[in-house]
Amino acid sequence: MDTLIPLFVAVPLAGAFLTMILSRFVRHLDRYLAAAVLLFLAVISFRALFTTGETVSVYKAGGWEAVNSIPIGIYMVLDGFSAIILCIISLIGFLSVLYSFSYIDRFTSQNYFYALFCLMISGMNGVVLSGDIFNIFVFLEISSISSYALVAFGVGKNELEATLKYQVLGGIASFLILFAIAFIYWKTRTLNLADIRTVLGQGHDHGYYLLIQLLLLSGFGLKAAIIPFHAWLPDAHSSAPSPISAMLSGVLIKAVGIYVIIRLFFNMFEITEGMAVVITTLGTLSMVIGVFLAIGQWDIKRLLAYHSISQMGYVVMSVGIGMLLMARGIRTEVAALAITGGLFHMMNHAAFKGLLFLNAGAIEYSAGTRDLREMGGLAKDMPVTSATSFAASLSISGIPPFNGFFSKLIIIIAAVMARFYLLAALAAIVSIITLASFMKFQRYAFYDKKPSAVKEGIREVPVPMLISMVILAIVCLLLSAVALPGVRETILTPATDILMDQMKYSSQITGM
Amino acid sequence: MIVYLLCFILFLVGLYGVITRRNLIKIAISLSVMEFSSFLFLALIGYTEGGVVPIVDPADPVKTYVDPLPQALVLTAIVIGLATTAMLMAVIIRIYRKYGTFDIREIKNLRG
Repeated sequence: MDTLIPLFVAVPLAGAFLTMILSRFVRHLDRYLAAAVLLFLAVISFRALFTTGETVSVYKAGGWEAVNSIPIGIYMVLDGFSAIILCIISLIGFLSVLYSFSYIDRFTSQNYFYALFCLMISGMNGVVLSGDIFNIFVFLEISSISSYALVAFGVGKNELEATLKYQVLGGIASFLILFAIAFIYWKTRTLNLADIRTVLGQGHDHGYYLLIQLLLLSGFGLKAAIIPFHAWLPDAHSSAPSPISAMLSGVLIKAVGIYVIIRLFFNMFEITEGMAVVITTLGTLSMVIGVFLAIGQWDIKRLLAYHSISQMGYVVMSVGIGMLLMARGIRTEVAALAITGGLFHMMNHAAFKGLLFLNAGAIEYSAGTRDLREMGGLAKDMPVTSATSFAASLSISGIPPFNGFFSKLIIIIAAVMARFYLLAALAAIVSIITLASFMKFQRYAFYDKKPSAVKEGIREVPVPMLISMVILAIVCLLLSAVALPGVRETILTPATDILMDQMKYSSQITGM
Repeated sequence: MIVYLLCFILFLVGLYGVITRRNLIKIAISLSVMEFSSFLFLALIGYTEGGVVPIVDPADPVKTYVDPLPQALVLTAIVIGLATTAMLMAVIIRIYRKYGTFDIREIKNLRG
């Protein structure tokens, strides 16, 4: 398996390069090339998911072996946790490219779109696979710069304003991360995550340690749009072209934000109780405030963007509960349950939020508006969009048998078993408010025909867009099966184990 | 110690500029100032008192060398910084064409 690891970065990078050159000569080659790249990535990432299991495969770039069991050179690491994120990236990425076939037709310079898309995928795969902290920074910047460009792809007033905010805040986040890397290197003289863990395990200065943790948490928190750092997200996610909104909301904030936070705080730092409390608090705040900001929105995509903040709050909160229990060293089986719930919700959120943004794009494509007050009665004209968005709405509000129900259930059960009754109650209440907010979306957009909003000639969107929406709706249903005992063991348990077992990640990589 | 403090002050100068300036170009310059303070810091942590260029000389094995790794990191970070600054300037030029101003107070289509 480890010979396949560099392909996750190299193939989309080559795809981006070839798209730029070859599409000048062959018409429409760009879209098929991008789709082929993403399909290939989807195949190898699902293969990785089912073959990885408990193993940790390491690819050493350039074949630089460790000297005196101190890793030198660039390591790429594939384990159960990164395999899940890789699958999310390539699946949502492939469906977004398929959707873009028709959606992007109204823009010029489509080859830039597909090239930037491949570049963004390459950056995210790199972040997820990278085994040292500086490469995380480099790949993070690759994916960020291409996403800045993609948010501004429409070059209208709103897009430019959104991308400016996104860039300034993203830039500040990058500098905070770079400072944290410098501080880490200053003390430990190494950049490899596993080696940093070993060095920090031999004793450290607590104030210094806290400084590094806070810098990293605020840097990656800005990228993940956890609540005090969320200002850029609603603008950027609502102004981008819809397939890009689906990528940003469904994948980018997870791959470069939540994934890195979880990886660093579980596998690089030792879990401390203070940091666990901070992370749980931030998660709870995002969960509650996000949904209250969402409920008053009339722009569909802005509403969905605020819900992203809220749903990411669920993930961060449940992972934080897991950290808190592990720091106290009590009830580790509940900690495992909480972390499993968080990871499961992360997968589910990618599916249903991706689908919802694609639905919003379809509505905008056919009805020409994003304002809920200007639409109505679309269910008759756009039956497939209506049905798939109904599935996604049920999924995000946690109605069985859709996937969102099972992950929220696991999170709430874990919170109750950990005796955080307040958090469990808040999670349930937020879920109900989410349901209310999506009932409003369904009613105003698809039912409730208003005479003022009647438009003639609204038709269902083209076939490629329909295919990707229907596939995502089916994925939403199928993901419920991950909660079943047999499937859970192959997919979620390896990821939870690598996070729970304090020394496994570093010992497998450094070989000690 | 004083150099690290100066480096931190440079970072704060940049941050002050990003927060208080109204002109988009000045915000971009302030971001660059912040960026360069972090590069400077990375370069500083690789420096060893009395160190020389890290070219190993078999005749004199006890020499002190400076740490070359942060220099490689700074080079990579500068290239990334160039890309982000170019991207930011491109967006600012586009904004000027659409809005006809560099004043950040005039650019407020998105809210809520």
